[in-house]
Amino acid sequence: MLLGWRRLLSKRKLMLGNEAIANGLMENGCAVAASYPGTPASEILSSFAALDRKRPDQRHIQWAVNEKVAFEIAYTASMTGLRAAVSMKQVGLNVASDPLMSAAYLGVRGGFVVISADDPGPHSSQTEQDSRLMAMMAKIPVLDPDSPRQAKEMVKTAFELSETFEIPVMLRPTTRVCHARQDIEQGNVLQNKRDVDFQKDPARWAATPKFRLQLHRELEKKLDAVSRYQKTAPIRLYNRAKSSKALVVSGVAAAHSKEILKDLNLRDVIPMYQVLQPFPLHQDFISHMIDTYSNILVIEETTGIVEMQFADRHRVKGKLTGSVPAVGELLPETIQKIIGKFAEIDIMDIDLPSEPGVRPTLCAGCPHRAAFFAIKKAAPKGIYPSDIGCYTLGLNLAAVDTVLCMGAAVSQAAGFYHAYKHETKPPDIVATIGDSTFFHAGVPALIDAVVQRVGFVLVILDNRTTAMTGNQPTPAVGTGARGETLNPVDIEGLVKGCGIQFCRVGDPYRLNEFIALLKEAVKYGRKNGPAVVISRRSCLIDRMKEETPGWQPVKVEITDTCDGCGFCVNHFECPALVLNQNQEKVRIDTLLCNGCGVCISVCPKKSIKGIKNPV
Amino acid sequence: MNNSMSQQIVISGVGGQGVLFVTRILAEAAILKGLRVFTSETHGMAQRGGTVLSHLKVGSFSSPLIRAGNANGLLALKANSLAQHGYYLKPGAWAVVNSSQEIKPGSELLVYTVGAENLAQQIRNPKSLNLIILGFTLAAIPDTIKNRLFCHLEDIKTVLQHRLGKKKKLLDDAVNAVEAGYNAFVAI
Repeated sequence: MLLGWRRLLSKRKLMLGNEAIANGLMENGCAVAASYPGTPASEILSSFAALDRKRPDQRHIQWAVNEKVAFEIAYTASMTGLRAAVSMKQVGLNVASDPLMSAAYLGVRGGFVVISADDPGPHSSQTEQDSRLMAMMAKIPVLDPDSPRQAKEMVKTAFELSETFEIPVMLRPTTRVCHARQDIEQGNVLQNKRDVDFQKDPARWAATPKFRLQLHRELEKKLDAVSRYQKTAPIRLYNRAKSSKALVVSGVAAAHSKEILKDLNLRDVIPMYQVLQPFPLHQDFISHMIDTYSNILVIEETTGIVEMQFADRHRVKGKLTGSVPAVGELLPETIQKIIGKFAEIDIMDIDLPSEPGVRPTLCAGCPHRAAFFAIKKAAPKGIYPSDIGCYTLGLNLAAVDTVLCMGAAVSQAAGFYHAYKHETKPPDIVATIGDSTFFHAGVPALIDAVVQRVGFVLVILDNRTTAMTGNQPTPAVGTGARGETLNPVDIEGLVKGCGIQFCRVGDPYRLNEFIALLKEAVKYGRKNGPAVVISRRSCLIDRMKEETPGWQPVKVEITDTCDGCGFCVNHFECPALVLNQNQEKVRIDTLLCNGCGVCISVCPKKSIKGIKNPV
Repeated sequence: MNNSMSQQIVISGVGGQGVLFVTRILAEAAILKGLRVFTSETHGMAQRGGTVLSHLKVGSFSSPLIRAGNANGLLALKANSLAQHGYYLKPGAWAVVNSSQEIKPGSELLVYTVGAENLAQQIRNPKSLNLIILGFTLAAIPDTIKNRLFCHLEDIKTVLQHRLGKKKKLLDDAVNAVEAGYNAFVAI
């Protein structure tokens, strides 16, 4: 048996859902792909880039500055006849919604797949929004995979559907598809068709409102035809069951339901249908269900999209009727309870304990922690708007007051400024934003703040990477998705280009100097309008990081003067500083400590000492 | 090949401990044995030191998640993981817990403890406690019980060789850690 292990492990590969989608792109001749990283979608593009490195074929694969730009680049490639895809998380689709709505009217030439990954739970997002509703609003078809394997198959279906009807097609995986792994066979790679040919047609590609009305009519016709397309029609599972009741399931809820029906011995009792294309729901299917069953239960995530397309409200139950919870992830335990009730069988009720768990925290030695500590020193009574990224965890340090959406730190700082500016003593405002987020959506807001003379300090936490989502390069790094060298964009130049007069760079590891710099910026901001401080220090867990020249990790130790006051633990919150309940002194966890040495300056009693490294 | 093999294992710990790596090694061992496999992982912010939970299902499954009361086993990389995630286990299931103190099982469970941090210090590879616990599990769970493991020490070594074959030092360290865990149980 051992003879075959290499073959076994390379033929059937353990694929992450996102990797399976990337393999689908590879196998179906996708020539252009763009993305902005976001959990749970990030690994789609990085996996595609990795596959391309092994088998290059004149593809273009890139991280874009934001989802709107990514969408427009990929969409335009499809206008030239190439197959193209854009991938993002669900809130990224909000950013790309402007081109999405318009592209639906104009249609496509080469197959164009919009991959928007939803996050019911939410595990790693600010909302539980359902991208399928966005597909409905844009009037484009959407496919709902139940597993990594099906997600890969659906990439093929999506390209075919898109080319058959000249329409953008959405693939909507959820976290449990993106971050599941399954053994999947790798297929053959289709040579991408490189017949690039943009056919000028201003009445279509540059349609004015008058032509748009006609395009809208055509779009409705396309949708009508899509709702009869056999390849994406719902499938009836386990043919033997006969009942006046039926289950309709979609996406991961379908995956859970299949297993639950088996375990409850209901496969031969209750008919079950799996919807592959939740919008537009197939017309024949709607008629068949309403004609055949008097009691239909729909289980889907996160909104009742399939459910709302059944016109008969008396026969259909789901999210809209309160039969299925409208909020939160549909865990298999919940689905089991719902199906049991629907089938009128007794299910042993299992109480799921609420898991307190361990809260996430910035890594030991993370430069963001030092920057937050300094901000609290420089503007102790300030308001601290912040943004989306690892640094949202500045919450633990009470140095983050608001998190709205990508780029909002800058405009919220402006909002606070304008709200308070007529008060006699307005508060200091110090906003934090990551380097990648600043490029993504912070720049227009900063221009606005310059114009409006908003008195605040913007701290750009420049760790030279997009850390939270797995260290993708930012525009300042000048590296591509495949590791290729590109042009870097200089953050200082960009800030000054926005019209900022006070723009200074500091190293948060040099804590006292950094606090002094921030104090200066705060003072400037009160009188003169916006000031920017770039807090520059590479992310510790970025494998591509550039080391700061001349810097070496510092070994630290706790001296006898430590009285266990807990200041460092409470206000600096480094996981390497440990003070257990019955201990009198703080202890350094040497396994976790990364030697930033910042805590030496943090301790008010000077009880943390750096040991000179023997050379 | 045993096609009726069906096993559900929960692996729990905190971000940075290598929960995802152990899950992958076990999943690849399943592929090596010609078995179907399905896992579900925690990504994103929780990986910054928060609670991380993996589900591993070997055999014919359609759902990526294990339902409460259905797991055959639990690998707990933190001592309190058993209290936190024990509800996934079915009666008669096993749990291997990283703890230097003995833990008395509350219900009908087979609980083994291993002081993985100490072992990791002994082999001078402090970040290898995930593999030590894996090795210990491979030795501890007897083949005679209904909830026996689907793979053995040799399978894991083969997978490690496949994954790390080109990186000699990493491979040697990984195999050492798995063996240290394995031998720690054998020595009891």
